Amino acid sequence: MTLWIILTINSIALGGLLFLLSAGFSLIFGLMRIPNLTHGALFMLGAYFGVTFLRLEFNFWVAALLSALVLGVIGGLIERLLLRRLAGQELAQVLVTLGLAFIIADLCLLIWTGDPIPLATPESLRGVLRAGDVVFPKYRLAVVAIGVIVAAVMWFMLERTRLGALIRAGVDDPEIARVMGIRVSRLFTAVFSFGAALAGFAGVLSGPILSVYPGLDAEMLPLALIIVILGGAGSLPGALLGSFLIGFIYNFGQAMFPEIAYVILFLPMVIVLVVRPQGLFGRQSL
Amino acid sequence: MSALEIRGLQKSFSGLRVISDLSLNVASGERRLVIGPNGAGKTTLFNLIAGEFPVDGGSIRLHGTDITHLPARRRAHLGLARTYQIITLFPEASLRDNVALALLGLSSLRWNPLVRLEAQEQLMARAQAVLAQVALESSAAKPLRETPYGEQRRVEIAMALAQEPQVLLLDEPFAGLSNAERADIQQLLAAIPRAVTIVMIEHDMDIALEFAEQITVMHFGSVVVEGERADVVADVRTREIYLGS
Amino acid sequence: MLIGLTALATLPLWLDSNYYINIASQILIWAIFALALNVLVGWAGLVSLGHAGLFGVASYAAAWLVVAGWGHLPAAFCALAITLGAAAVFGLLALRTAGIGFIMITLAIGQILWGIAYRWIDLTNGDNGIILPARPLPFGIDLGVPGVFYLFTLVAFLLTLAAMRGFDRSPFGASLRGTRDQPRRMTALGYHVWLIRFLAILYSGLVSGIAGLLFVYYHQFVSPHVLGLASSAEVLLMVIAGGTGTLLGPLVGAALVVIMKTVASAYIERWNLVLGVIFVAIVIFMPDGLVPGSVRLWQRFRLVFRSKPSSAPRPGVDT
Repeated sequence: MTLWIILTINSIALGGLLFLLSAGFSLIFGLMRIPNLTHGALFMLGAYFGVTFLRLEFNFWVAALLSALVLGVIGGLIERLLLRRLAGQELAQVLVTLGLAFIIADLCLLIWTGDPIPLATPESLRGVLRAGDVVFPKYRLAVVAIGVIVAAVMWFMLERTRLGALIRAGVDDPEIARVMGIRVSRLFTAVFSFGAALAGFAGVLSGPILSVYPGLDAEMLPLALIIVILGGAGSLPGALLGSFLIGFIYNFGQAMFPEIAYVILFLPMVIVLVVRPQGLFGRQSL
Repeated sequence: MSALEIRGLQKSFSGLRVISDLSLNVASGERRLVIGPNGAGKTTLFNLIAGEFPVDGGSIRLHGTDITHLPARRRAHLGLARTYQIITLFPEASLRDNVALALLGLSSLRWNPLVRLEAQEQLMARAQAVLAQVALESSAAKPLRETPYGEQRRVEIAMALAQEPQVLLLDEPFAGLSNAERADIQQLLAAIPRAVTIVMIEHDMDIALEFAEQITVMHFGSVVVEGERADVVADVRTREIYLGS
Repeated sequence: MLIGLTALATLPLWLDSNYYINIASQILIWAIFALALNVLVGWAGLVSLGHAGLFGVASYAAAWLVVAGWGHLPAAFCALAITLGAAAVFGLLALRTAGIGFIMITLAIGQILWGIAYRWIDLTNGDNGIILPARPLPFGIDLGVPGVFYLFTLVAFLLTLAAMRGFDRSPFGASLRGTRDQPRRMTALGYHVWLIRFLAILYSGLVSGIAGLLFVYYHQFVSPHVLGLASSAEVLLMVIAGGTGTLLGPLVGAALVVIMKTVASAYIERWNLVLGVIFVAIVIFMPDGLVPGSVRLWQRFRLVFRSKPSSAPRPGVDT
């Protein structure tokens, strides 16, 4: 019984992390029509930056925010210097993000070496909460809470602010948005930056749970892909639902069928592709 | 025998009604002109007939065969051909290869990965002949992107003629052409045998009216006026639509 | 052309060292793989980032069957059959989308296959890979000698090249290229665009499988890395770098990447970094590829990925 509960909690926590990872990816894909293949590497880079900031004795949350900031800047630079040059050439942009993923991954290996680095759980959140027989690890609860808060903030931004309206217009109808003269290029940079920052933030947050190691990027990218294909490009609810679904499948799969757990992850994606290619909540056709 | 019979056609996009209870009957051999202000739904009508989108309601019959739910590619095999407002040809290929592709579409040869396309003499000769029909046989070997716009428009029509259609849908075939070029196309169209029923969308009234024998006027997704050319032109409602709102 | 052919055929004679002969063999194997991918990327306008999955399936299947006691020839046939099956699934899933989604789905499928190779240890031996005990002996010829293996590979390459040439000039080849340039019009002309693409994927998968077989014969070893994203990226780079306008482009691209990789690995440890930089550089600065006549590639990519058939056009665009 307790095993199921632990698995459930871990799944929800993982779901929260995956949401932070995939929300940015989904927005970028929905708005800019680029599957950002660098996203996994950005996640990992953020985690590594977190490692360094923590080694510099920063507070965990400060480190996380700093990482997000750094990644945001990096993301902005990538968009401004590379992607914008290839505006309109979607394939070229995808290939560039692929190349960048390799570059970043190898640079991480170079700088931080190949040993896995566990991140220490922040002091305030160590330990567990007890409710009767059940133990809830505090940190994982915090991750879920953060995920929900970020989701709420993003929802608010998308639905209630002008910026959000511009983004939604761009996602729903890229051609009309352009025709209407929306400053698409600035919007793109902003969204890409934000997505990168979010990925970096998620990376640091994942440290205490997953550790930081080479190959983290290659593990995370397919998950982001699956979630966005599942949930639909540019859809926040889709990313949310997809993240938790995948979080559950991942954890329960690992526990029950470790050998094919990885493959089971792709099943929902396959089913969605066959039945509803635009994703559960997607508006655009893939 | 009705070449094209449309009954109660309905189509909406994202909640907006574009085609509304539209019925149309084109007899075999007719020269039908479809006109109407922007947004009337003319190109959508063509797209629905061609099968690019599914209809929301109603039926379409091509020479008696119900094609309403038939995939677009099958409609070509049943004798439907169309041209496009914007030129969608193959820029890298020569004119002859463009037409050959149109001919190939209806031939089982298109599945063959073993023989040489260039060596298919019958096909290539036919392509040459079709180009001759549109007076472009001398440019057969030129790549499409090197031919002037006027000639590209003729290739558009050649592609459709190559399919030896029973019903030919022409979407603004005169768009962007000079007077001389228009005259050429006019001649071309006049030479098409009566076995082919032609339905044309066109904005340029002068040239279109010369072509038309029957006219259908569309507005807000339905047919408003229909009949012989003279009657439609004289009709009050036609004037209203064009001069009124 | 004849000179080139003779040079290639007599390579083992004038290249003294076995090391270089082996590199030449590797180049040819990857060139076959690149030709296979070119069918999709260059002719169909479909970019696959998961092709190493098909390549690897053949390698794994052949190795596994031989280890299980099968003879080389039946193992090879069975492996190719399995690859064809995998390609069919590939096509069924990936063709659910048009345009950029194809890349994402093929990437995901490639990862699925990698995941199976890596995690399903009972089946694939996981990271330890499978060792092929010996190279095959076609008609009794010993492929253990580098020069002989090279010639074997050369024959395979030339046959593939001839097949590709025939395909390119055939009506089906023209149909395929048509679907790349104007899928909407092709449908109106009576072509079955989905089926054409699907068959192209099967063909591409089959040839990738052949390359995969040669790969496992050469290395006598296969591991999950073969199916990974890096492999798929490498072969894609070969196709793009070489240019898709000609049939020799993939060969040039393969030569380039293999040589660079060999050289780079000797001096630098970080091949992935170099791979990434090259990718970015080529995409930005040399989008046409390096073989003349491949200028068209870029325009084609743009045409393909811009002319997505809309599912819901806006009524305002209507006349």
